[in-house]
Amino acid sequence: MAGSVKAAFCSASSRVTTGVLQNLPELRFIVTSSVGVDHIDLHECKRRGVKVANAGSIFSEDVADAAVGLLIDVLRRISAANRFVKAGLWHENGGYPLGHKLGGKRVGIIGMGSIGLDVAKRLNAFGCIISYTSRNEKPHVKFPFCPNIQELAAKSEILVICCALTDQTRHMIDKSVMLALGRDGIIVNIARGAIVNEKDLVECLLQQEIAGVGLDVFENEPNVPEELLELDNVVMTPHHAVMTEQSLRDLYELVVRNLDAFFSNKPLMFEVTRV
Amino acid sequence: MENIDVLITTPVNPYLEQELDKRFNLIRLWNYPQKQEFFKNHSDSIRGVVNNPWHPADREFIDSLPALEIVSSYSVGLDHVDLGYCKGKGVKVTNTPDVLTEDVADLAIGLMLTTLRGISECDRYVRSGLWKKGDFKLTTKFSGKKVGIIGLGRIGTAIAKRAEAFNCPISYYSRSEKPESNYKYFPSVVELASHCDILVVACPLTEQTRHIVNREVLDALGPKGFLINIGRGPHVDEPELVAALVEGRIAGAGLDVFENEPHVPEELFGLDNVVLLPHVGSGTVETRNAMADLVIGNLEAHFSKKPLLTPVV
Repeated sequence: MAGSVKAAFCSASSRVTTGVLQNLPELRFIVTSSVGVDHIDLHECKRRGVKVANAGSIFSEDVADAAVGLLIDVLRRISAANRFVKAGLWHENGGYPLGHKLGGKRVGIIGMGSIGLDVAKRLNAFGCIISYTSRNEKPHVKFPFCPNIQELAAKSEILVICCALTDQTRHMIDKSVMLALGRDGIIVNIARGAIVNEKDLVECLLQQEIAGVGLDVFENEPNVPEELLELDNVVMTPHHAVMTEQSLRDLYELVVRNLDAFFSNKPLMFEVTRV
Repeated sequence: MENIDVLITTPVNPYLEQELDKRFNLIRLWNYPQKQEFFKNHSDSIRGVVNNPWHPADREFIDSLPALEIVSSYSVGLDHVDLGYCKGKGVKVTNTPDVLTEDVADLAIGLMLTTLRGISECDRYVRSGLWKKGDFKLTTKFSGKKVGIIGLGRIGTAIAKRAEAFNCPISYYSRSEKPESNYKYFPSVVELASHCDILVVACPLTEQTRHIVNREVLDALGPKGFLINIGRGPHVDEPELVAALVEGRIAGAGLDVFENEPHVPEELFGLDNVVLLPHVGSGTVETRNAMADLVIGNLEAHFSKKPLLTPVV
């Protein structure tokens, strides 16, 4: 039966390796439910003439919303304060510790695809000063480009990670970037856990080398470093940035539309052409 | 000015106290648990008061300070100051507008995101180890939702500007239509509520706006609608809100203010579609210091007979 499969649907947790492809010799199309394609051997797919399509930009708004939500939560201590009130601890007016202002903060966005652009557009409305780094400068983007991550971190108070996980970006956010960001720095990660060196992150948080983090992704999901569970300046969500009713409905429609298109030889939406 | 007696009612900000100490003879009300003793020894000399929403300047208070010339409130809201009485007695009143507009608007959007996307509940889910057992449930998308704002003043406008960046269509209710704004106007709060997904309270608290969000408005908002309150607790009929939330007649709420702070209805504690904050709208280091600077600037201006920076009365 495997010998006759022409199209496959997978999620980000199914690795599509050479071994898998070998067992599906008639396969010509893979559609993944994620934006990330780091779980698919793109090189091998290209070699075998297997087309790949991902979720493109249908999640961008939800992911950007999650990034901004995590950022405001960390800066203004929303989840921590919610816990405080619901534990019945609010007895004194004006007693709660102060947070920090978002307006005027310098934000460095890492990766300027549709998610990075949506994040930039939102944070710009809050009065943030936006810069970005990317594999290549984007001429249509009006915000200043920074050629490397170290420089971006040094001139930012907030880093928002919106790039793909590749060999180049694995552990790109490490101790040296965190130290460049500085003691008041905040990092938000809605991309992939492995872009951040998690061990360095925990160390920097415990030593107060950075001020706080908002994380939707982790190196070894669903496991989360235990040290983070005790910290009030950390907000964590369970790889949830795309998990809204609307996004999933949009995704189902996209997958069905793409499978239809493939089988009727029509153009695909969000075909992944890079390798 | 070190011989001018200024009273501060509550220990809201160490920087504010420190700066007041440098300039005036600062008297801290909380050092006098026996009110009578205080009023006996100091009331005749106090010429300035620094108060806040939790320490009203009502008739009784104003009458107890016969030498009072100025009330400088550490807030933008003034529902806790009897403005008419102050005006009648020639007592000046100042507040702290503008410096806190952005923080309050940021918090309003933060509350919308945290409430609709369940960020707080997600965080709790991860901390409790439940993620190892399965995924958290689906939440509600924020971008593109219709946002209805009660009050299109400085704060309402700042909220609108931010929500627009999320592609949210904006509508509003105000005492009168604002022809210069591009947003859709509704002549009543009930109509506004029935045409939006997220209703935000952003107007001043006055006699007319007390309980402006009542049962009828909540019914119009409906089971898919969310309420966000960054105004004042009394804007909302709190028992009606609690009932609507407990019974699932509205989808959720993000609340920074309550009718009787610091008391919060306990029925709300167990609801995961409700986010509760301890009145932190302007609660950032940067903004509280800017508010303090404005309070001090106003007092200095008054006592050097210069124009007040942000007079109300």
